[in-house]
Amino acid sequence: MSDIQLVDAPAGVEGQGFFATSLDKAIGLARANSLWPLPFATSCCGIEFMATMASHYDLARFGAERISFSPRQADLLMVMGTISKKMGPVLRQVYLQMAEPRWVMAVGACASSGGIFDTYSVLQGIDEVIPVDVYVPGCPPRPEAIIDGFMAIQKLVQTESSRRRNEPKYQELLAKYGIQ
Amino acid sequence: MGKIANEVLVEKLAGRFGDQVMPLNQDFGLLAVETTKELITDVLAYLKQDEELKFIFLTDITAIHYPELEKSIGVIYHLHSLTTNTRICVKVFLTADNVHIPTATNLWEGANWMERETYDFFGVVFDGHPDLRRILNVDDMTVFPMRKEFPLEDPNRIDKKDYFFGR
Repeated sequence: MSDIQLVDAPAGVEGQGFFATSLDKAIGLARANSLWPLPFATSCCGIEFMATMASHYDLARFGAERISFSPRQADLLMVMGTISKKMGPVLRQVYLQMAEPRWVMAVGACASSGGIFDTYSVLQGIDEVIPVDVYVPGCPPRPEAIIDGFMAIQKLVQTESSRRRNEPKYQELLAKYGIQ
Repeated sequence: MGKIANEVLVEKLAGRFGDQVMPLNQDFGLLAVETTKELITDVLAYLKQDEELKFIFLTDITAIHYPELEKSIGVIYHLHSLTTNTRICVKVFLTADNVHIPTATNLWEGANWMERETYDFFGVVFDGHPDLRRILNVDDMTVFPMRKEFPLEDPNRIDKKDYFFGR
């Protein structure tokens, strides 16, 4: 037996020469295993992310080899570090330029809640300007924690219905942030 | 050229401006003098252009807030003479209801951003400044955060304690 771990096939009907499953599951499988992250790294958590990308922790194992520095082709916005109030509009613009479906991960105490910077100039959590899917605690989180958050995102992506982004509930969520 | 002694500086300033420029202290060997906002431009120009002093380098412009004083806001100029390696600190104290002072941008171009920063954090208005906008904080901010007019954080809050962050 080799050590290569394959992703399990989704639940479906199997027979000789064919495999049938729902489109949602097939698409979820494809999306979850080729997430293109857009790192928005402003401080120490960004350094931690660099370690996550490097050979030892190797985020590329999860199909996230291609870091997308263009928001148009990115699926996952990873916000790492303190976001000041002056940076808020910039972050929001990056989010708006991403194409649906898009996911957001707040890495570390600062991005999640403002962290130790309980100050007039710091945004107390990025969920004040954009919707967030996964929060990674820690100050800064270890690469394992970032990978854990990434796998939580993968789980969300894998199980998301392909209609979710057209539902009124999702439109309401975006409207809460003044998007569209 | 050696370092100019503080006594010489005090003497020269007194000879030129009389009792309008008063020495405050000499902490750590740095002479600090106080003057008025009417004279500050002349004092800075004299310090910069005098043949012997040549304080040609403006190290910093900043401010300080003493809420308990009648003239609560002090504007502080740090000058450095590169030829003699001498430093001097000039202070002007203003009342909180009229924080206007002439700009130093016509003497040093570098004063532009320093004055914008001082306006941003202390609300000191530099008359004659070419572009007095906030420089670090967001434009729509209405307060001057470095003034001591805000309550301190509640010491009993626990929501930002270290153990919540794994520290």
